[in-house]
Amino acid sequence: MEFLVIQTLNGLSYGLLLFLLSAGLTLIFSMMGVLNFAHASFYMVGAYFGYQITHWLGFWPGLFVAPLAVGVIGMLVERYGLRRAHKHGHVAELLFTFGLAYIIEEAVHLAWGRAAVEYNPPPALDGPLFTVFESSFPIYRGFMAAVAIAMLVAIYLGLTRTRVGLVIQAALTHPGTVEALGHNVPRVFMLTFGGGCALAALAGAVGGPAFVTDPGMAAAIGPIVFVVIVVGGMGSLAGAFLASLLIGLLQTFSVSLDGSLGGLLKPLGVAASDGTFLAEVMSLTLAQAAPMLPYLIMVLVLIVRPRGLMGTRET
Amino acid sequence: MSTLKFKPINAGRWFVWGTFAFVLFVLPLVFRQGFALTLMNQMGIMIIFALSYNMLLGQTGLLSFGHAVYMGLGAYFAIHALNLIGQGKLALPVTLLPLVGGLFAALFGALIGWVTTRKAGVAFAMISLGIGEMVHAMSLMFPAFFGGEGGVSANRMVGPTPLAITYGPALQVYYLIALWTVLSMAAMFALTLTPLGRIANAVRDNEERAAFVGYSTERVRLLMFVLSAFFAGIAGGLAAINYEIVTAETVSTLRSGAVLLAAYIGGVGFFFGPVIGAVVFTFFQTALSGFTKAWLLYLGLLFIAIVMFAPGGMAMILMQNLRVMKFGLLGRLVRPYGWALAAGLLALAGFVGLVEMTYHVSAAGAPRELALGGILVAPFSATPWLVCGVLLTSGAALVSVAWRRVRTGWDEVQREIEAKLTASGLA
Repeated sequence: MEFLVIQTLNGLSYGLLLFLLSAGLTLIFSMMGVLNFAHASFYMVGAYFGYQITHWLGFWPGLFVAPLAVGVIGMLVERYGLRRAHKHGHVAELLFTFGLAYIIEEAVHLAWGRAAVEYNPPPALDGPLFTVFESSFPIYRGFMAAVAIAMLVAIYLGLTRTRVGLVIQAALTHPGTVEALGHNVPRVFMLTFGGGCALAALAGAVGGPAFVTDPGMAAAIGPIVFVVIVVGGMGSLAGAFLASLLIGLLQTFSVSLDGSLGGLLKPLGVAASDGTFLAEVMSLTLAQAAPMLPYLIMVLVLIVRPRGLMGTRET
Repeated sequence: MSTLKFKPINAGRWFVWGTFAFVLFVLPLVFRQGFALTLMNQMGIMIIFALSYNMLLGQTGLLSFGHAVYMGLGAYFAIHALNLIGQGKLALPVTLLPLVGGLFAALFGALIGWVTTRKAGVAFAMISLGIGEMVHAMSLMFPAFFGGEGGVSANRMVGPTPLAITYGPALQVYYLIALWTVLSMAAMFALTLTPLGRIANAVRDNEERAAFVGYSTERVRLLMFVLSAFFAGIAGGLAAINYEIVTAETVSTLRSGAVLLAAYIGGVGFFFGPVIGAVVFTFFQTALSGFTKAWLLYLGLLFIAIVMFAPGGMAMILMQNLRVMKFGLLGRLVRPYGWALAAGLLALAGFVGLVEMTYHVSAAGAPRELALGGILVAPFSATPWLVCGVLLTSGAALVSVAWRRVRTGWDEVQREIEAKLTASGLA
């Protein structure tokens, strides 16, 4: 019970963080048709900016300045890079972001070195939030979830209640008509791209202290974010939300469970002889198989239901 | 009724391929150092790998982010086969070992491709990424096959030795790789001329029309995918023989990204594009990485520059200039090119200086001085930074001026070529 409660909370807070990342990615995809391979790199830059600003000014300014700075960088990337690559088609855009991911990783090496940096939560957020029986749930995890929920509400209100949000929504499906009505669609694209990057950076600035801030963090979480938006359905915010929680819970639970296929089948009298490949599969624990589960789910979803859980169009 | 066919021998093609094979034959006689052999071995393997990748991206229009899976699995099966030969359980000359890698890779290509090639476009790209990550994650889960962290190692000096080829000397390994490179290249080139190769192009350009002509586009994609996996597996088998060790890194997404970079930098629109790309990439990876830790940054910037300014890759740049040369107009572009090159080198020198000094300074306990291209500089003082900054900014300014001259010269030359073509009634 204690295990269940704590792990569910951990999984939810991690899932909410994943949502911060995937929300921007899925918005950018549905609007511009660009699969942004550098999205997780902006997450990493957000974490490093957060670390650096914490070093100079403190944690709270960092939390605000890092996303803003990365948002501006994102807009510049869209304006001077992506828009130019767009002339050569979608593959060129995708490859542009792919190359950008390499460059950002190397730039981080250049600026902060190859080892992890010490980016810690502020003292006010250090310590347990509450204790269930013996296990405690850290304040910082709760804070992470709160930030993500606040952003979720803000995105929802921003997209449905403000003028800019309505223009963005319209530009998702009918960019030509929106342009004809006198709106500057390229600028809307630029703002969306910058906004998506800022969200990723916020996730980085918040997630950096909870996890580890090192140059490998983009490569570690990037594919997971892709899994989230594919499973949720490309371009669907609600789907991204659902899939984020699903993957967050799955990853949290699977790393802490020791059951194996062999153990499950043993009572039924099924066993493989030792030393064979089948025996190795059977003795594999869920915790060992955890890293591949998200990808397995993604591949299954793409085969069985290519438009994802909540998607409206096939990828 | 029989039709009369005129089928001349394509002398130019035979000449190019003959020259290529000859160059591969004499290269080790010219470059005798061990390092050169290592470099050329890697280039050969990368050439096969990049060409097999281009069967997907360039010829069938399938953007894959998981191609290393097939080279990696090929390498693993080859090294296990090599160990079996060593134990005397398999009587196969090592010369034929790449075939083992190729066949098993093709088998997995058929198995995985059966699912993944149903769709093209973004769906294929995503699913290939997912499978790449999945196989990489699996590589640490099954240590019996993948060898865990340490990988699987073997000894290549085993098995029957026809013609007294033992693969002890590095030179023999070079010739093995060269032979397989030429064979694979010829086979892959021949494939582009077959009906399958042509239909693959059609499926890439317009899937709907290809389907209306009566072809199953799914089957065309699957066939190309399996064949591409086969050649990737051959590259894997050669890598297993060359390094005598296969680690989980060979199936990693890093390798998949590398082959994409190599093929695209070379140019996916031409058959020989990935060959150039493979040579350039291996040079960056092996030779340049010895000099600088920032080689991946330079490679990434080169890639971005190609994507943004020359999406046809280096092969396209080469072919367009060959066209200008054919019309005898290249002489007019030499001067603008020279200026642009000089300005570019100036800016590059400044940029490289800044990057290298930043790396130097950010490393803990760095010495006071740093050798940059033979010049000793003191990165902890302001002067070299100032010099490099001035080099970079002035170089960049000159590049933009020179580039404009290249553009006007280029447009002029193109107009003249068009005029000539129209005059001769060809266009």
